[in-house]
Amino acid sequence: PLRRVLLILPFGTPLGGVYKERTKDAARLSEFNGKMLLVSWEWSYVQTPYIIAIWILVASVAKILFHFSQRFTTVVPESCMLILLGLVLGGIVLLTSKKQLYQLEPGLFFLFLLPTIVGDAGYFMPARLFFDNLGAILLYAVVGTLWNAFCTGFCLYGVKLLGIIDQKVQAGLMEFLLFGALISAVDPVAVLAVFEEVHVNETLFIIVFGESLLNDAVTVVLYKVYMSFVEVGPENVQTADYFKGVASFLIVSIGGTMVGLIFAALLAFITRFTKKVRIIEPLLVFLMVYLAYLTAELFSLSAILSMTFCGIGCNKYVEANISQKSRTTVKYTMKTLASIAETIIFIFLGISAVDKSKWAWDTGLISCTLIFIFVFRALGVVMQTWVLNWFRLVPLDKIDQVVMSYGGLRGAVAFALVVLLDAERVPAKDYFVATTIIVVFFTVMFQGLTIKPLVNWLKVPRATNRKPTINEEIHERAFDHCLTAVEDIAGLNGYHHWRDKWEQFDKNYLSKLLLRKSVYRKSELWEVYQKINIRDAISVIDQGGNVLTSARLSLPSMASRASFPEVTNVTNYLRENGSGVCLDLQVIDNVPGAKVEEESETHHFLAGNLYKPRRRYQSHYSRHFMTVGDHERQDREIFQRNMKSRMETFKTTRHKRHSHKKDRKQDLNDKPRRNVSWQDKDPVVVTVESEDEKGEHLEPEKEEDVGITFVARKVPDTPKERPKSVPAGLEVCQSPSVAPPSPTCSERNLPWKGGIGTLPVCVSMEATKIIPIDLQQAWNQSISSLESLASPPAFMGNHVPHCLTHSTTEQSPNHTHQLRPSNPLSSATSPSRRRVFISFNNSGSTVSIDSDIHYKHTHTHTHTGYWTNTAMMILRKYSEHPIMSTLFPI
Amino acid sequence: MPWLNGTRSQQSLSLNTVCFFAVSHSQITRLYSRFTSLDKGENGTLSREDFQRIPELAINPLGDRIINAFFPEGEDQVNFRGFMRTLAHFRPIEDNEKNKDPTASEPLNSRTNKLLFAFQLYDLDRDDKISRDELLQVLRMMVGVNISDEQLGSIADRTIQEADQNGDNSISFNEFIKVGNLQHIYVWAGDHYLILT
Repeated sequence: PLRRVLLILPFGTPLGGVYKERTKDAARLSEFNGKMLLVSWEWSYVQTPYIIAIWILVASVAKILFHFSQRFTTVVPESCMLILLGLVLGGIVLLTSKKQLYQLEPGLFFLFLLPTIVGDAGYFMPARLFFDNLGAILLYAVVGTLWNAFCTGFCLYGVKLLGIIDQKVQAGLMEFLLFGALISAVDPVAVLAVFEEVHVNETLFIIVFGESLLNDAVTVVLYKVYMSFVEVGPENVQTADYFKGVASFLIVSIGGTMVGLIFAALLAFITRFTKKVRIIEPLLVFLMVYLAYLTAELFSLSAILSMTFCGIGCNKYVEANISQKSRTTVKYTMKTLASIAETIIFIFLGISAVDKSKWAWDTGLISCTLIFIFVFRALGVVMQTWVLNWFRLVPLDKIDQVVMSYGGLRGAVAFALVVLLDAERVPAKDYFVATTIIVVFFTVMFQGLTIKPLVNWLKVPRATNRKPTINEEIHERAFDHCLTAVEDIAGLNGYHHWRDKWEQFDKNYLSKLLLRKSVYRKSELWEVYQKINIRDAISVIDQGGNVLTSARLSLPSMASRASFPEVTNVTNYLRENGSGVCLDLQVIDNVPGAKVEEESETHHFLAGNLYKPRRRYQSHYSRHFMTVGDHERQDREIFQRNMKSRMETFKTTRHKRHSHKKDRKQDLNDKPRRNVSWQDKDPVVVTVESEDEKGEHLEPEKEEDVGITFVARKVPDTPKERPKSVPAGLEVCQSPSVAPPSPTCSERNLPWKGGIGTLPVCVSMEATKIIPIDLQQAWNQSISSLESLASPPAFMGNHVPHCLTHSTTEQSPNHTHQLRPSNPLSSATSPSRRRVFISFNNSGSTVSIDSDIHYKHTHTHTHTGYWTNTAMMILRKYSEHPIMSTLFPI
Repeated sequence: MPWLNGTRSQQSLSLNTVCFFAVSHSQITRLYSRFTSLDKGENGTLSREDFQRIPELAINPLGDRIINAFFPEGEDQVNFRGFMRTLAHFRPIEDNEKNKDPTASEPLNSRTNKLLFAFQLYDLDRDDKISRDELLQVLRMMVGVNISDEQLGSIADRTIQEADQNGDNSISFNEFIKVGNLQHIYVWAGDHYLILT
């Protein structure tokens, strides 16, 4: 059917204007004439995907257009508009080609469109809410649907006997029961589309939505059973067949659920091992969830049940196993697909309606069906709720029942099922199709349109769009334990008792099997805590908050804030802003009102933390990782640091190796370009190759987001380990570059900005504070060595335009790091030059001047200032030297 | 303990209790048999050891706290009446109860009293505040050993920061109710088949 669309697509003349004929003619011509075509028209080649893509485009554009008017979309649900658009498009098709060319194909719908929506719904189903209300959901889904189906079927038959339905509708009891079965099921697509805009409270939503998902098994079984009854003829049905029907229901529902759970376990198990190929994680999720659906279809089990339970079952483990990026990818891709599928479904529903052949109108049938489904839905809800409220802790009140009755929307599933009917066996098919279309349109459009005012009028409790706080998470767990304990004391094996049993089982066996070891060992509460922190940080940044970057959040030592003096400041910050958010970041001291100070402090923080060349640098080695945006800059930075260290080596060997210069220069021309890894634990003098190998070797061991820093220290003086006296919080603060903050431009140069007098003091205090004890000696040395220089070198001026850092000699600690950001060397990144320095290294020079410099691959600490300093000194001294001027045309 | 001596006095007490705690007769009988089965010493009272003998309670991280809640301050025995009094907190809230007698004191199963019960699980020293240490203790019970003191500390800090409104670095009962949005938790408990039915 899709192929037929091409007839109506307004394609005009072929591109290029060489041949005016259609594809085939063009091909024939070229064949016969033996001419070569510059541009050929290959419609038949791209036809199918092209049409699909065009349709998706139309759907997306339609969606965008509807959301232009905010006021309009709040009143009219999107689904209504889409159906109307479909009607218009269908009308156009009908006018152009005189007959309806295509409709919502059941195959397309059941194999592609429905799974995307159900997959999204299942995977993001709030599991706790779902299982807490499972009893109600199951009751409505099974008993409610059966009730609706039987009542509607029997009553329609009765009405037929009474003669209200025209005699043209040739249908017996079985046909009406079949019709009742397919028309009675509440449709997940319609419910989602309408209820998502209404925002009723969670309990109400989960009951209606859960019912619409779980009633699939009932619908499938009833549909199949009646189909077979219709085929053999009602008079041949034996008693055993009814029992077969019941057995079939059990098999279809339980089998579907089992298939889903098996795939959920498989998926969770597979994601345990994707640490090295994170990029494949989202794909795995989609594949396995979809396979769950297809497998259930394969065995003619309930596919929706299978997919729903696969999603619910795997969510907890998969989300814990996959990386943050994969989580985001899964979320967005699923939502995008589901939303597009929904759009297409509604448009196609509209288009399908415009078809003369389907219009077998029978007023009696249509009006009776409409009345019956509405009345029986309401009756069923009231009766079941009455039973349920005996057991429920929080009873469903009358308003809830009204919304539930009114929210029983029918949709595309019913339509696809009715289209699937065999017209030869069910003579009244056309009548049924027409009735189904009317019912779907009525429920989606009329009820969808009016449910919002109804909900407002009834004052149904709305969903609070509120994100869970850590308090809730903690108290909720405490309450669960508490209720379990009380049930145990009272000797009741109630809900909490079994819930607790399940959690024990999950903890002892399932999680052990399905969760990564590293994840399993972490506490769940800790995970929640981190998630909340990240969420808050992101929301603050999204709102344009001035509170730092999120870079810190990925650091493993995040927790160390506890010992931090800033804790009180965080509280202050929260109180000042009055917002409920808390950033687990090192928040700067905010002096209220002094904006300049805030800005400058932000600057200091950035200056101390922004250049993190080692962060995520590993990614560049593998095509399995996505490249980080600013990798150019990082390359340059790394090269720059590389060179500084090489310069030191060069300085020591200059005297000895002067004569070998030329040889070296030739050597390096043969060497291939490399990205030098910085993860070596060995001294600089190790050859490049081994560095690289080590880097490769180390790489998989690390988590993706862990920053690598390195340490340069003076060997004889400092112990290898960070002394315990250094507060843990500091290490985050410094890494990887330990330069003390420098005053901002505005502080220095703009006298009208306030706070100039106070800031330098504050800065210097901070400077002493952040230098760890074990590095202070080295620090002092570098300061003294700097002081021995008469004046800063000329090229230092180069970076002034950046306005980021700017300092003078009075503040000696500030000297060092300001050389880094815009060092002239950073421009010297061409491959040939890089090679020069690698070759220096290869020459085997081992001695450094001042001290042995070690790069230590560690997560703890850096003392960049020290060796940056030294390198710059050397650079300055030797910049006049001939080889230096060739290498660094400053 | 008159209700131990025979069915007649037991019934009279039951009636009394039914009125007081507004629980049904069958509930009382069932709970009473549970009480006696727990009472290994057969002296009409339960001791802490009696509670600790319940196997599920032994593995419940908050088990000790719950047991404590049964014992009034300074006592180490609880009789049936005390037992019922504590359990009555967990009865479901019934709307019609409020209309029945508006002048009466708040029933034990009112929302506030339920929350107060939960609050007192944290508040060991009964100063109506959850201090950082008290919170840490409960957290430690719940999370087990897989989490470091530092991490736990930061969770506790965050929790207090979130809730604390008057800046005393602890959570008062009012703050506890507000920040936790605990009504939400109870509403959620939709299908939980009742405790004490």
